Amino acid sequence: MLSDALLLQLGYNATLVAIGAALLGVSAGVTGTFLFLRKRALVSDAISHATLPGVCIAFMVMVALGGDGRNLIGLLLGSALSAWVGLLCLNWLTRHTRLAEDAAIGSVLSVFFGFGVVLLTVIQTMGVGRQAGLEGFLLGSTAGMLWADAMIIAIGGGATLLLILLLRRPMTLVSFDPEYAAARGLPVARIDLAMMGLVMAVTVVGLKIVGLILIVALLIIPPVTARFWTERSDRVVLLSGLVGGVSGFVGAAISASAPNLPTGPIIVLVSFALFALSMLLAPNRGVLAAILKHLRFQRRVHLRQGLLALAQGQPIYERLTLRLLSRAGFARADGVATELGRARAAKALRDEKRWEVVRADQSHEAAAALYDGLRDIETVLTKDQIADIDRRIGGPQEVPA
Amino acid sequence: MLELASVNGIANADEALGDSPLAIRGLTVSYGQKPAVFSVDMTVQAGAMTAIIGPNGAGKSTMLKAALGIVKPLSGQVTAFGKPLEDQRARIAYVPQRASVDWDFPTRVIDVVLMGLYRELGLLGRLRGRHKAKAMECLNRVGMRDFADRQIGQLSGGQQQRVFLARSLAQDADLYLLDEPFAGVDAATEKAIIAVLKSLKDAGKTVVVVHHDLATVTDYFDHVFLINTRKVAEGPVDTAFTAETLQAAYGGRLATAQIDQLSRAVG
Repeated sequence: MLSDALLLQLGYNATLVAIGAALLGVSAGVTGTFLFLRKRALVSDAISHATLPGVCIAFMVMVALGGDGRNLIGLLLGSALSAWVGLLCLNWLTRHTRLAEDAAIGSVLSVFFGFGVVLLTVIQTMGVGRQAGLEGFLLGSTAGMLWADAMIIAIGGGATLLLILLLRRPMTLVSFDPEYAAARGLPVARIDLAMMGLVMAVTVVGLKIVGLILIVALLIIPPVTARFWTERSDRVVLLSGLVGGVSGFVGAAISASAPNLPTGPIIVLVSFALFALSMLLAPNRGVLAAILKHLRFQRRVHLRQGLLALAQGQPIYERLTLRLLSRAGFARADGVATELGRARAAKALRDEKRWEVVRADQSHEAAAALYDGLRDIETVLTKDQIADIDRRIGGPQEVPA
Repeated sequence: MLELASVNGIANADEALGDSPLAIRGLTVSYGQKPAVFSVDMTVQAGAMTAIIGPNGAGKSTMLKAALGIVKPLSGQVTAFGKPLEDQRARIAYVPQRASVDWDFPTRVIDVVLMGLYRELGLLGRLRGRHKAKAMECLNRVGMRDFADRQIGQLSGGQQQRVFLARSLAQDADLYLLDEPFAGVDAATEKAIIAVLKSLKDAGKTVVVVHHDLATVTDYFDHVFLINTRKVAEGPVDTAFTAETLQAAYGGRLATAQIDQLSRAVG
């Protein structure tokens, strides 16, 4: 079943949803990256919750005008409008009051959402039947997705991506160093507003599939996931788009493969799975890598200190050190150095001296920055450089018997 | 002696106001009700190396940020090279305090320097070999060439500061404004930075530095600007950096012995 879904063999609606969700995932991942780099990820939560009153008011207005209250374009326009108002409120609160941004986010989010829920209740008491589906905007509902709905997502997502392509440099600059950006004459406040506007566009476009409560996950989880794998902002953007797209597609496919699996929440769970895998397995920033690195580092420190102790004829009491030394063949189990051990110990001591010279010499700065007490000097300097340093140190060091 | 000092400043101002690289008039900045900088005039001497000095919280950095529009001033007028600042931004390079950014940001050393070429690259311009070569050359000038591909998070404080300096060099500006570039850096970095700044001065550029170490003022700079919320003194080191002006700027915050020592250094 799942393989059918992944290959888009589950019928028209499922295919439409899967493609729409993938597109949404890409644009949310890419847009969310800038929010994440700007350290304003939670603003998206305020924006998304602020869409609800707009959806309800748009519904009421369209009904009052005698139209179909469920017209998606109308509802999305309404949601965009109220999200924009929420965003302006948030900006005003942080700029003109002493409220910090987190408190301002909390206020805007709860007030707008509360107001939206009140309006939802009012709508339920007015024309029964016609309002069916508005609650779908809370968690997304893909059951009745139409071709036109998918087109809205495609166009909205595509437009967002184009704008990001255009604004990526100023947005990166403002995210990294807003003061410098301002000094260069960049309109920092307007770039920030544009960034939030893009987030709003993604949110509005995603209402149908993941809903306003969970869209924040699609904006935040992909960039955080991508950050585990790379140290370059442009690659974080691309990877984040990829993570979002895969989550959207796979999530939609899974939810289509069995009855009564909600699309939005499944997409979020898939992206979380990618996040969890990255957190564990990423080569540099991952948790396992950190543990392994720590253990390896600890062993190297013990071995190094053991060698230095051998070189200086000091007794070794630490059991891990002894074990490591004897396993490497540098010492017997009782701590007496072997032939090999004495040679290596002498070299370790000499390398310490060499490093001292390197670290005191400004012309070796890049190499000196790599000093951690463990690194073999041959990995950072050429033979000639080492010979030069040895000339400065003078005669060979003897190892005490 | 306050008046004496400002007379000095104005005499200076009159001759150079027309095309001064940076002329500030009546700048007042306030966070809340208490002004951090009050009605300050400053006329930066072209081709000079000027230190902005004053006690902690005297408004040194704030003045610089307000002059550049990073912080919104309450009032005041700023011109650069005799024209409105906005038209001259391309000729001004600003080096913010190193602590003002997050050094865990996913970017490499060379990418930070390439930010200095922002204007040249534009919104969609392709990054070409000559841009990279330019960035490498700037890194070379601050002795950081070998670090180009390192993550910025792996740098020491002094190295971070030099990367920021390299980014400003990439701009090919005429006026360099640095906010506390010597704060918390190692001696090697301090030496490297001052060498670059002196080479800029030798190339006819103007350099303004927010500085906190009174002991090095006479070695590094030829002009000073003393501030403690208001302007205290402005002018060449030998007339504006004296025991009197220091006393006026720092009040009781400097020991008399310290002031004596400094003024002896000034000569």
